[in-house]
Amino acid sequence: MKTKKILIKIIYHTLVVAFGFVMIYPVLWMISGSFKDNSEILRGSLSLIPDELKLSNYATGWKGFSKITFARFFANSFFITAIATFGTVVSSSLVAYSLSRIKYRGRKIWFTAMLATMMLPGQVIMIPSFLIWYNLGLANSYVPLILPYFCGQAFFIYQMMQFMSGIPRELDEAATIDGCSKYSIYTHIILPLLKPAIVTTVIIQFYWKWDDYMGPLLYLSKPKSYTVSLAIKMFADAASTTDYGAMFAMSTLSLLPVFFIFLFFNKYLVEGIGTSGLKG
Amino acid sequence: MQTEVVKSRVKKIMNSNEMVGYVFAFPFIFGFICFSLIPILTSLRYAFTDFSLGSKTMEFVGGANFKQLLTDEVFLKSLRITLKYVFISVPLKLVFALLVAYLLTRKTRLQVLYRSLYYVPSLVGGSIAVALVWKQLFARKGLLNSIMGEMGLDPINWFGDQKLALYPLVLMSVWQFGSSMIIFAAGLKEISPTYYEAARIDGANMVQSFVNITLPCLSPIILYNLVMQTIQAFMAFTQAFVITAGGPDNGTMMYALYVYNQAFKYNHMGYACAMSWFMLIVMCLITLVIFKTSKSWVFTESGD
Repeated sequence: MKTKKILIKIIYHTLVVAFGFVMIYPVLWMISGSFKDNSEILRGSLSLIPDELKLSNYATGWKGFSKITFARFFANSFFITAIATFGTVVSSSLVAYSLSRIKYRGRKIWFTAMLATMMLPGQVIMIPSFLIWYNLGLANSYVPLILPYFCGQAFFIYQMMQFMSGIPRELDEAATIDGCSKYSIYTHIILPLLKPAIVTTVIIQFYWKWDDYMGPLLYLSKPKSYTVSLAIKMFADAASTTDYGAMFAMSTLSLLPVFFIFLFFNKYLVEGIGTSGLKG
Repeated sequence: MQTEVVKSRVKKIMNSNEMVGYVFAFPFIFGFICFSLIPILTSLRYAFTDFSLGSKTMEFVGGANFKQLLTDEVFLKSLRITLKYVFISVPLKLVFALLVAYLLTRKTRLQVLYRSLYYVPSLVGGSIAVALVWKQLFARKGLLNSIMGEMGLDPINWFGDQKLALYPLVLMSVWQFGSSMIIFAAGLKEISPTYYEAARIDGANMVQSFVNITLPCLSPIILYNLVMQTIQAFMAFTQAFVITAGGPDNGTMMYALYVYNQAFKYNHMGYACAMSWFMLIVMCLITLVIFKTSKSWVFTESGD
């Protein structure tokens, strides 16, 4: 009986690890590709260990295009992502507080509107939004990529509302009796308790924004303002043959920030996602 | 004295539910009107015109754009392809997400590590970097063909055959089941262990308790994931844009990509808006169908 249990355990862990390895194989292959020769990559070699470890791909890749190095592209991406993520956290938590904790006329309407935006595919409003920014003369700037994030993101508002429904209302009531206004209930009670949901928002919004390709594609036309994702695509667009080694090297670097954020915060990821409100 | 009264009145107004509610909701209300409502209404107006960027005149053309849709073969093809993509990738993705989430609920010290491992594709999958890797994996001399070569199979020209080109994209979407998995995992955590305990005492095996306990308890979350993933799949853009550019022979011309091309490549803004609206209607219908049928399979705790 005991050996059977151990056997099942071993099989379970082996399967989970083996399948997990297959899952991340493409990513590992890319990382190993960043140390490989172009000819080795194009042979379609399965091996994750390069014939010889080459660091030159990183040097050539970093040089970028027409005198703009990847330092610039990374700085641009960080700038946009950091501000947009900050905006999302602040605005979404404000709105979630309003929709889940305060009773006022019109709340139902705004809640429905929020759900509708959550399900509204971005591509439907892509063209008119572009035209609005174009008419405002801002189509070639970071504003369209940042400003909307200060207006709350429906997905995160919804997640935060789920989470807030788990914070006992008695806390609000006790604070009110102690003379707290509704504003200080938000800053002193809700916000600190919301931490797991905020962390989840930071992780997810950070990598959505960091990976975002369509937004920059629409709104950034000068190479100087390109984000990393646009810049990496330029390797593939080059008129001559693609430098796969350099492309993989920069791709690997581009994934690093996402990995680090995830490593630091990953234990919060499941805790921060509330599902209680989805029931019934 | 006067100012004291004013002050306290201001304070009272500022602290009324109405005021507080709207102060906190203001960012959303502003954003909703400016970045959702106005664009979507503008889009509707453009859908009935021949609007294009840079031209000074804009003529009202009635339903001509919508009529043209029905005869535009690329459009009809992209509609078919997108539906196929959605109907294959979404169910597969959800099944994987649920199974893996379920298998990973076993309490082991490695649980967090495993979950992270399976989450990695979702974490990086949307990035341009991974799309380019995917392109290389399925290239003529790519990794997949060299594996098949070693197994003695003929190489397949994935992106050269318009019947096959969609499948690497489907696979890429399924591969990113991690975010649905996380949501399922959060839901699984909330199912009371006493249910499983009772089932075990009654002699139920793992499969039975999965079907009779896990699935019903999780059904609201399945519905949520189903709706969100369906919407997302309809709007798939980056993979098709980067990996295949819609080719070969429009075999991977996803809907969103075709809208983008019409708008920004050919500058047929009016026509593209009509396409967006058509898509919105199709998606609303599908979501509606999902919600309508969900009444029969989503289990609510209040009981019915």
